[in-house]
Amino acid sequence: MPKDGGIGASTTRREDVRFLTGKGKYTADINVFGQAAAIFVRSTVANGVIKSIDTSAAESMPGVLAVFTGEDFVDVGGNPAGWLINSRDGEPMKEPKRPVLAHGKVRHVGDAYAAVIAETEQQARDAAEEIIADIEELPAVINMADALAGDNYVHDEIGTNQCFDWGWIEDNRAATDEAIKNAPHVTTLELVNNRLVPNAMEPRASIGTYDAAGDSYLLQTTSQNPHLTRLLISAFVLGIPENKLTVIAPDVGGGFGSKIYHYGEEALVLAASKKVGRPVKWVADRTEAFLSDAHGRDHVTKIELACEKDGTFIAFRSETLANVGAYLSNFSTATPTFLHGTLMAGNYTVPNVYVNVKTVFTNTAPVDAYRGAGRPEATYSLERVIDMAARELGMDPVELRRKNFIKADQFPFASAAGLEYDSGDYDALMDKMEAMIDRKAFEERRNASEAKGMLRGLGINAYVEACGIAPSNLVGVLGSRVGLYDAATVRVNATGNLSVMVGAHSHGQGHETVFPQIVADMLGIDPGSVDIVHGDTSKIPFGMGTYGSRSLAVCGSAMVRATEKIIAKAKKIAAHMLEASADDVDFTDGQFTVKGTDKSVSFGEVALKAYIPHNYPLEDIEPGLEETAFYDPANFTYPSGAYACEVEVDPETGKVTVERFMACDDFGNVMNPMIVSGQVHGGVVQGIGQALLENTTYDENGQLLSASYMDYVMPRADDLPFIAVDHDGGTPCTHNPLGAKGCGEGGAIGSPPTVVNAVIDALQSGGKNVTHIDMPLTPSRVWAAMNNA
Amino acid sequence: MYAFDIERPSTIADAVKALKDEDAQALGGGQTLIPTLKQRLAMPSALISLTGIGEMKGVCLADDGAVCIGGATTHATVAKEAAAHYPGLAGLAANIGDPAVRNRGTVGGSLANNDPSACYPAAALGSGATIITNTREIAADDYFQGMFETALEEGEVITEVRFPVPEKSHYQKFVQPASRFALVGVFVAKYADGVRVAVTGASENGVFRWSEAEAALSADFSAAALEGLTVSAGEMIADLHGSPEYRAHLVKVMTGRAVTAVA
Ligand SMILES: Cc1cc2nc3c(=O)[nH]c(=O)nc-3n(C[C@H](O)[C@H](O)[C@H](O)COP(=O)(O)OP(=O)(O)OC[C@H]3O[C@@H](n4cnc5c(N)ncnc54)[C@H](O)[C@@H]3O)c2cc1C
Repeated sequence: MPKDGGIGASTTRREDVRFLTGKGKYTADINVFGQAAAIFVRSTVANGVIKSIDTSAAESMPGVLAVFTGEDFVDVGGNPAGWLINSRDGEPMKEPKRPVLAHGKVRHVGDAYAAVIAETEQQARDAAEEIIADIEELPAVINMADALAGDNYVHDEIGTNQCFDWGWIEDNRAATDEAIKNAPHVTTLELVNNRLVPNAMEPRASIGTYDAAGDSYLLQTTSQNPHLTRLLISAFVLGIPENKLTVIAPDVGGGFGSKIYHYGEEALVLAASKKVGRPVKWVADRTEAFLSDAHGRDHVTKIELACEKDGTFIAFRSETLANVGAYLSNFSTATPTFLHGTLMAGNYTVPNVYVNVKTVFTNTAPVDAYRGAGRPEATYSLERVIDMAARELGMDPVELRRKNFIKADQFPFASAAGLEYDSGDYDALMDKMEAMIDRKAFEERRNASEAKGMLRGLGINAYVEACGIAPSNLVGVLGSRVGLYDAATVRVNATGNLSVMVGAHSHGQGHETVFPQIVADMLGIDPGSVDIVHGDTSKIPFGMGTYGSRSLAVCGSAMVRATEKIIAKAKKIAAHMLEASADDVDFTDGQFTVKGTDKSVSFGEVALKAYIPHNYPLEDIEPGLEETAFYDPANFTYPSGAYACEVEVDPETGKVTVERFMACDDFGNVMNPMIVSGQVHGGVVQGIGQALLENTTYDENGQLLSASYMDYVMPRADDLPFIAVDHDGGTPCTHNPLGAKGCGEGGAIGSPPTVVNAVIDALQSGGKNVTHIDMPLTPSRVWAAMNNA
Repeated sequence: MYAFDIERPSTIADAVKALKDEDAQALGGGQTLIPTLKQRLAMPSALISLTGIGEMKGVCLADDGAVCIGGATTHATVAKEAAAHYPGLAGLAANIGDPAVRNRGTVGGSLANNDPSACYPAAALGSGATIITNTREIAADDYFQGMFETALEEGEVITEVRFPVPEKSHYQKFVQPASRFALVGVFVAKYADGVRVAVTGASENGVFRWSEAEAALSADFSAAALEGLTVSAGEMIADLHGSPEYRAHLVKVMTGRAVTAVA
């Protein structure tokens, strides 16, 4: 049983009080005395040469304080790529500069080429319309295959649209080719992992404030990791010394990856504030979010599965074109490579894996990590081709997977794609899932659907992913230019309550509830006396923020280490107070007790002593009770899951309805089951959205046709079934002190293939010879597939 | 949004007068117009709100049994107050947008706008309704003139819409999944002198009557009567939600379902 409010308790989320009563304080809610407004002027063409920009009329408009163009930033740096990927031939990737404002050329619809600063937003908008830009439209490069074939370059200076051509693992290439050539059965599938627009509820916003007196800057911004944003602005873009720049990410209304990155708008409001001598605020509207937030996914893949006639896997080989859009966003080169290729052995003992990824520049919005980042793409390719193979071999899809699963006693397991999975039990997850879905009764449910004229299908899926990113040494070898540790400072206040400063950033995850549960559990105190401080670089230690399901596994571990240091020091203080040796002092339930006696002092008394060190051994122990730990894990964590869903397909209209959905996940030890359930629900909803609804479409001229909610389908409550989740009894992570694996992305990783597998199953049951449909499986696509078959 | 003035007249006469100003524009529930203004796609100098005009609001019955709806009546009011008299129409109103849209949006605004995917045009055309303005009465068959095109003159105000009540009727809507307007919507109404079938969402030319289906259903009011019919994809809308062929197919499926719902 979890302690009251301690580790494992489903404590309700304390932050929800403010979120649900409208008291959250988001960047747009902040108004600074004297602030001016910034409006960006964005390209309406996907590719064009900027011949001239005449800002004179705009500058003389009422209220205008300044107008910026790309010309103003030619002397500062660009927004860099965070990972250096080398091509198969050893050539480093192509890294064209990503300027604060477009200069010379605009490269996608929504590319900002000017900005107006005015007294009011209205005046800035009015002036923005008076900017006369002579932009000569050029043909756009939208389709990746065209981009690689032609000589119309997104960045002329690099003379190619290919960023890199990566092989993983290049040394396994020949063996994999050979294995596939000789295999008794090969299943081949070409598929698209559709581009998604992240659509955080809160659009991006930034306020830049320059303080001339201290020659220092404050950036309040919608960020998932304020320290990285500060580092990028300081070291690469504007060169502001880190000690002169504070970045605060206050309440942030969702990110899903899109707010990991630094964007030019952040640099602009800082530079503008210095120029106009006023705070400068920008709040994106929804259209800007659609056009300029980093999008997700967008892979085109050919995957092959080679196996024996009995279904034993021999090899996976895949070739992927991954769209990076018009510029490299900070993690965009890591997502299709090390977050994707390394997972291409899946949950399986398959001996041969080879992955080739070519990343391609196109005249579209930049593409980067979005919930799951690379792992959904890997899982989708694997679990779709396995399902197809099961059909071709006439095998049960569950049995085919089980036959090839890494077994519970094989961990730690070195996968053929180069990772060492530390723990897992995939058969146990599959058992649980089969029981949950009540597979035996599926035929009855299918018959009932057919009696209504509907086709019913069952889709299943298994996934493993790598998160809790990650070990700095490993990511360093893989090309990361940053470390991926995290940090926490545990400050015990004199009166015994705690402020815990963490490098992770909570933008919906519930850290303010869960992190105190852990610290309070360790100290045997009430979680209500622990508060989290996050998101402010002037208050927190240098951490790497929240994404890749890393907050608990990495930052939480740092917090555990810091709390252990607190306990160790407090024990020494208690020993002094109890006139005993520290070795003889036990600490349980918030009490320090001399072993075998009833002599004890409470945690609170020790805290007070630390800050009022009268009669205190100052020569041996420093006063105060505050500790910091940096934690860099030994490995990724490897959550896994078995998912199932049942769909009904209306054979007349092609409309798919998800009737049932079951998610069985292994997240290791779970700190707050309710919050974890919420994370799975959210991920599954986004996965169902990707599978059935979200259809990001650029036309051949690079216009985003799905640039508003009139055309971009966000999943809504009535699109969704009840989602049953189970994450009890996971296999603990073996290398972090909490035994926790990340839970933020599993839902989005596991669900798309589950849904698509179910739809194919439904169509096949209806006698339609449909083996694959590309996501999203909209009614019209399903109908077309049925009718061409 | 650009700056504009707003006026709230309380009579039709005052509204019509205010609308004489060249750059003035009528404001119904604002569910279409306000988003347009927010995107700076229109620049009226003044908005003349119609929702404070008592004589343009409410649902009543005419002597001939027709349901009369004031031009500034919201969808929610129609859903509630027309339910007893004309359930097919009330059902259509009840499924427009979401509660917020239904409590603001008006029948006059919807018909004046004549969005090719809107629901009300199907009901008006399918019922052979009469659109009444401050100057004249227009038969639905003459009123709809293509996507976003109507017979309305500049400054003309829809004050009332009169719907003859059929024996049976049903609106079958296949939603466009993002906007939840009609990807294809079919309004079927069976009158003593024949069946009317009006289709929205599908055609490049806006709402239209499917006359072959009308003839077939007038002879035999059952989904089976549609079996031999086909709909040409020729003038159907193509967009990312559906091809012309898909829409043509849905017209027939939705018509059949509408008939089955009440046959
Ligand atoms: C989220 C959302 C979902 C929606 N879903 C649907 C749906 O499923 N089906 C559907 O049919 N519609 C839908 N709509 C549209 C809705 O029905 C609107 O009410 C309708 O389009 C316009 O009506 P309005 O009263 O809001 O008009 P306004 O937006 O105020 O005006 C629209 C146009 O009509 C003019 N106008 C307004 N009233 C009159 C009048 N009495 N006489 C002459 N001209 C007038 C205005 O000048 C303007 O040009 C949706 C809207 C939204 C925002």
